[in-house]
Amino acid sequence: MINTKDLDPNFRYEVAKEPGGANIMRCFACGTCTAGCPVRAIDDKYNPRKIIRMVLLGMRERVLKSDFIWLCSTCYTCYDRCPQGVHLTDIMTALKNIAVREGYVHPSFREQARLVGTFGRLYEVEDFDNKKREKMGLPPVKKRCDEVTRIVEDTDVKVMTE
Amino acid sequence: MAEVLDLKLTDLEDFACCGFPVKSTDSGASLVMAARNLSIAADRGLDICSLCNACTSVLTEANRELKGNKELRDEVNEELGKIDMEYKPGVKVKHFSRILYEDIGPDAIKERVTKDLGDFSFSIHYGCHYLRPKKIYEGFDNPEDPRTVDELVELTGAKVIDYKNRLQCCGGAILGVEESIALKMAKEKLDNVTTNDVDALITICPFCSIMYEDNQRKIESNFDVEYKLPVLYYPQLLGLAFGLEARKQLGFRLNKVRPEALLKKLEGDE
Repeated sequence: MINTKDLDPNFRYEVAKEPGGANIMRCFACGTCTAGCPVRAIDDKYNPRKIIRMVLLGMRERVLKSDFIWLCSTCYTCYDRCPQGVHLTDIMTALKNIAVREGYVHPSFREQARLVGTFGRLYEVEDFDNKKREKMGLPPVKKRCDEVTRIVEDTDVKVMTE
Repeated sequence: MAEVLDLKLTDLEDFACCGFPVKSTDSGASLVMAARNLSIAADRGLDICSLCNACTSVLTEANRELKGNKELRDEVNEELGKIDMEYKPGVKVKHFSRILYEDIGPDAIKERVTKDLGDFSFSIHYGCHYLRPKKIYEGFDNPEDPRTVDELVELTGAKVIDYKNRLQCCGGAILGVEESIALKMAKEKLDNVTTNDVDALITICPFCSIMYEDNQRKIESNFDVEYKLPVLYYPQLLGLAFGLEARKQLGFRLNKVRPEALLKKLEGDE
């Protein structure tokens, strides 16, 4: 059941203002995105056409709080095939970015952000790894990258992981 | 592999994460991280050869957006200024396979082949970000029916075996979000590839390899199936065709699914 009182008519404009979100209003709900989506083919709780429709209807909280916006595998199939140039992959990114600012973040992405903010990459490099690299004749990898830590310091990545 | 082809690769020790893992949380931070890497390469006067599809797409996209949008460039430079850096355009970003295909070329590579792999059959997994989003790759290959890696495999003499739904995404990006969906995506591919009799699956992206190789045993036990399908990173295959030593020079010891049968067949050929 959708209660119109719960809808936020400005949500679509909010999404349109995000990087890559500008074309959301072009969607005419043909379903090309959903038809070619490799995640949707496995599990119907991820449905890009439905997500776009929910945004256009203004179901702000339901979308931002949901688990499903985190399920886009970023394969860009819908992005390339959409006859209206809606740029769905960018819109999914925009929705996730807004959700983060609202305090909703999937734990997996929270952890990824923490690792990148701490080590400058997605994993911690230990002495053991560098020894293995040395044996193979490869140069060592730096254990941390303070510049990346600095870059994320005043971003949503940092705020979110505190 | 690069050395054999007279390609000089320089390791940039200050390089860090491309930015892809934080794009979902803060695409602005992701862009600054990508721009930082581009700036490091620019300072050294080097182009970028990437080995992972997602790194390729994030760095290529950042280059493209920053080149064409002054407002965005100023914003990014304000952030980079805090670490005394500045975005500089002009650095080319290419995946290693694209360099092989475009800058060296299948014909020139073929001249170096000393071992014909005519008795072998392989299926290929391209991976999404090698081809998409289409607009950032300036018409390179065809994302709906790619051919470049097929040609790179065929130049070794090996047969390329097509299979159902060959463009299917590996699911790697959502492995941490919902493992069961990601593994089902990888399982479908393993099912489809093993419908035919192939010696291995060839990948060009380490993250796709994680899905098909590192997670293969987990998929086998979760779904009660058995594949034992070796997964090779393309340069390993090319190295075999160049007559290099599999374990010592091509890292075959590091493959998680033992490629023993394949190596035995190769030795038997000699």
